Amino acid sequence: MNRPSLSWKLYIAAFYLFLFAPLLVVAIFAFNASPFPSPPWRGFTLEWFTGSGTVVGKPGVLVDPIWLESIGNSFRVAIPVALLAVLLGTVNAWVLERAEFRGKTFVAMMMLWPLVIPGVVLGISILAFFSRVANGLEDWLQTDLDFLRPGLPLVVLGQLSFILTIATLIIAARLRKFDRSLEEAAFDLGASRARVLRTVTLPFLSPALIGAGLVALLMSFENFNTTLMLVGSEAPLPIAMYGQMREGASPAINAVSLLLMLGVGGIASVFALTSKAER
Amino acid sequence: MTGKPAQRLTLFLLLAPAILWLGLLIVLPHVEILVLSFSERVAPRVYAFGFGNYLEFFTEPLYWRTFARTAFMSILVTALTLVLAFPIALYIARVAQGRLKAMLLLLCLLPFWVSELVRTLGWMILLRETGVISYMLRSIGLAGQPVELLYNDGAVILGLVYGGLLFMIVPLANALESLEPAVVEAGYDLGGSRWTVLRRIVIPHAMPGIVAGCIIVFMLTVGNFATPVLLGGKNGLWFTEQIYAQFITRFNWPQGAAFGMLLLLLSSAIVWLGLRLTGQSLGTTLKQA
Repeated sequence: MNRPSLSWKLYIAAFYLFLFAPLLVVAIFAFNASPFPSPPWRGFTLEWFTGSGTVVGKPGVLVDPIWLESIGNSFRVAIPVALLAVLLGTVNAWVLERAEFRGKTFVAMMMLWPLVIPGVVLGISILAFFSRVANGLEDWLQTDLDFLRPGLPLVVLGQLSFILTIATLIIAARLRKFDRSLEEAAFDLGASRARVLRTVTLPFLSPALIGAGLVALLMSFENFNTTLMLVGSEAPLPIAMYGQMREGASPAINAVSLLLMLGVGGIASVFALTSKAER
Repeated sequence: MTGKPAQRLTLFLLLAPAILWLGLLIVLPHVEILVLSFSERVAPRVYAFGFGNYLEFFTEPLYWRTFARTAFMSILVTALTLVLAFPIALYIARVAQGRLKAMLLLLCLLPFWVSELVRTLGWMILLRETGVISYMLRSIGLAGQPVELLYNDGAVILGLVYGGLLFMIVPLANALESLEPAVVEAGYDLGGSRWTVLRRIVIPHAMPGIVAGCIIVFMLTVGNFATPVLLGGKNGLWFTEQIYAQFITRFNWPQGAAFGMLLLLLSSAIVWLGLRLTGQSLGTTLKQA
């Protein structure tokens, strides 16, 4: 089996072509000076990125307030999601790796559960539950509780519901490798519990904390299914893109996509580097 | 166990985030849609317990046909993904060495870090009537007029298979990695043909990876929304779209909740069945992935 046949090699080559073809055309047509992202090629332009709208009819994505706003919305969701995922994920990892109590296997299984629920179902269940809570509380408190209605805060909660599982798993995997005699040595040398945590345990965990944060950031940025159900009037980037794609897009959406690919590629390579440092 | 109250307090504090998370974001919301799915509107703003939403599903052909179609196409997509991914995973795990191996795996990962919408946009640009493939077919003279390749089942399946590939290749490659070369050699030495060795040694060894990959791809496919809607257009007819329509467009939440429960049931049933048939557990399966 160590001698691959020619047809096998050709298949591999064709496969990688298939894998990258859609991404390549997205990138290429971001530079086409035509009102539609389709052939023929009408010459190279940067109008879809930085243009003021005089040449191609629409402003480029880096100056168009609609796109900038949706990118901003995505960050307003992704940053809280990533911070909460790392913070709560660390505590959860502690529960999984260090705590001993009855029913631990059950808790551990429950933590995996969000991964097998379809994203759309997660979205509608959180939407329905928080609407009921809001209705109840508003009757009782006689005020409006807008943050429990569809909108960015609810999107944060919806995304957190399953991203937290992934952050927990990444951090717990690192914690499992920790040599506890290091902590004991620090205790023996007279360090307090807080100091041991700060100077021994957390530094050891830090690659996983950064990794989990980056993965959470990426997953939040790209999540579509759950977000679609919980979004209000402020659309994060994937929702805005979806709206444009249904209407028949202009190459502006290619430009946004290319920026997204570059951003994601950047974050992913940072992640790859940190996980290499871990080894 | 000394200092019991203090330890209990610590444990409680450690568990608090998990309880809040699982309780408020997972368990109670699911209880809510379960309850909601059994409530019927008897008068404006008045609801009563009943099975009406589920009956509606079975009596309206559009609903159960879309459901059956989603289930069937997802199984088809999973099978196709497995067949397409297997030679790649085998190559990465058994043939490629060192740098090439790392690069091939990384190249597989890259497209999947990019948003699903970007990948779908790529397929739309390739497949549509004014798209790249249609244009190329015309310029080499294979087609006289523009060819519409979008908005049919083929396009939907293509997009879904594309989206599932990575989640199949990684568990497969992981499982194949641990296969001893000596065992494969022995198979050949005993007179097995390429096909026999593949069928009797390689595939059984890769079974945990095959199960893990199939389960993940099936779940992702059944729950997908953007790919069938954008690549299938009006012919997409995916069950998640029905849930969306009931919840957001028609504002009929009890009906949508019933659909959500059915989708959850379908997804869980297939996962459970897959694990059962092959004797795997969920924990080890997720670890494979």
